Amino acid sequence: MASLKDIKRKVSAVQKTKQITRAMNMVAASKFKSSQVRMENFRPYAGKFMDVLNSLALRVNTMSHPLLAVRDPKKIRVVCMTSDRGLCGGFNTNLIKATERFLKDKSSEGKEISLLSVGRKGRDYFRKKANIIGQWVDILSKFDMTLSVSISDDVIAPFIKEEYDELYLIYNQFVNVSVQRPTIIRLFPLPSIGQDVDVDADKKLDYSYEPSEEILLKKLLTMYVHVLVFRALLETSAGENGARMAAMDNATSNCEDIIKSLTLKMNKARQAAITAELMDIVGGTEALAKG
Amino acid sequence: MADELMLEIVTPEKMTFSGKVEEVTIPGTEGEFGVLRGHEAFLSSVDIGELNFIQDNKKAHYSVNTGYAEVTANKVTILIETAERSDHIDKDRALKAKDNAEARLAQIAKDDVEYEKMRAALARAIVRLSVSEK
Repeated sequence: MASLKDIKRKVSAVQKTKQITRAMNMVAASKFKSSQVRMENFRPYAGKFMDVLNSLALRVNTMSHPLLAVRDPKKIRVVCMTSDRGLCGGFNTNLIKATERFLKDKSSEGKEISLLSVGRKGRDYFRKKANIIGQWVDILSKFDMTLSVSISDDVIAPFIKEEYDELYLIYNQFVNVSVQRPTIIRLFPLPSIGQDVDVDADKKLDYSYEPSEEILLKKLLTMYVHVLVFRALLETSAGENGARMAAMDNATSNCEDIIKSLTLKMNKARQAAITAELMDIVGGTEALAKG
Repeated sequence: MADELMLEIVTPEKMTFSGKVEEVTIPGTEGEFGVLRGHEAFLSSVDIGELNFIQDNKKAHYSVNTGYAEVTANKVTILIETAERSDHIDKDRALKAKDNAEARLAQIAKDDVEYEKMRAALARAIVRLSVSEK
């Protein structure tokens, strides 16, 4: 049996770990709250934007736009969105696994794949395993629309120049604090818009446009990409902090369990020591009485 | 007041402004335009520039980035990627951004992919500076 002193040391070590995990849990909780607020704030923008885009798409022949051009997919690019920091349970692992599976499927079909990585964890993992042509790291702790614009700009231009044929975005969809679902969406060619939406009759105002519908649509489609990327970023950030919150909560309660069982052990050891000492004294007095 | 106009400025971060105004001036791609109540319904692209509106006889200035404006008879909805009110603009940052963009523009060729980006950055910085003076 370990000595009393050893167990005591272990208990205090676990107690310190528990303090750290609890602090991380609280930090993640407050960050999670703020990213949830951002998601809420983003909703009116996205909603209004989709209304206008759809109603515009109904009037204009959308198929002519280069971002909607369907080509035989030979060259594929994948944007993989992970977090920058670890200690958030299976958040990154699950996403990386899904990405790897996807890459494997596509490369077995004989496609040429390049990877763009958002977030440090994905970059580190795929550094030697895939052809990374673009990366954004250490950005998720503080980001705004400009990040989404910079990512979008880097994928839009080469697509229009036909340097590649399809773009996929893989990110963790935020379901709730404990569930984040790795999701794969095809960004380019953009799925056709305005096809299966019912626009309210009263919303269908006759606008005049400035500049022309086509130019406006082109601009709105670019903004649409920004919106999609920004939403993925927001969900990643909320999901990361939610996952970290849950993971750290688990870690804290595991620490409590260990402390409990160690304390029990410690008490047993102490009692054993006392008993042994008593036996010694009793033995000693008996020996004295006999003598 | 009967001649009031609802104005909403929506950015991805938040609803920047929502309220009744008397008049709003928007930097459209085809030139600046003013909107009063009863304007014809139309949709315009918005460019980097200065947006201002009059509320309770006071003029408010915003520096805006690219987006669009949807105008109906009694409501204007502006969706833009960024909007900053004149007193929220960080002058030092804008000045630094302007210097950066100018220095970079002097170095690169006009057909460089970066040129357009830098030109936009410069335009943004200049607008932010001029709006922050107001």
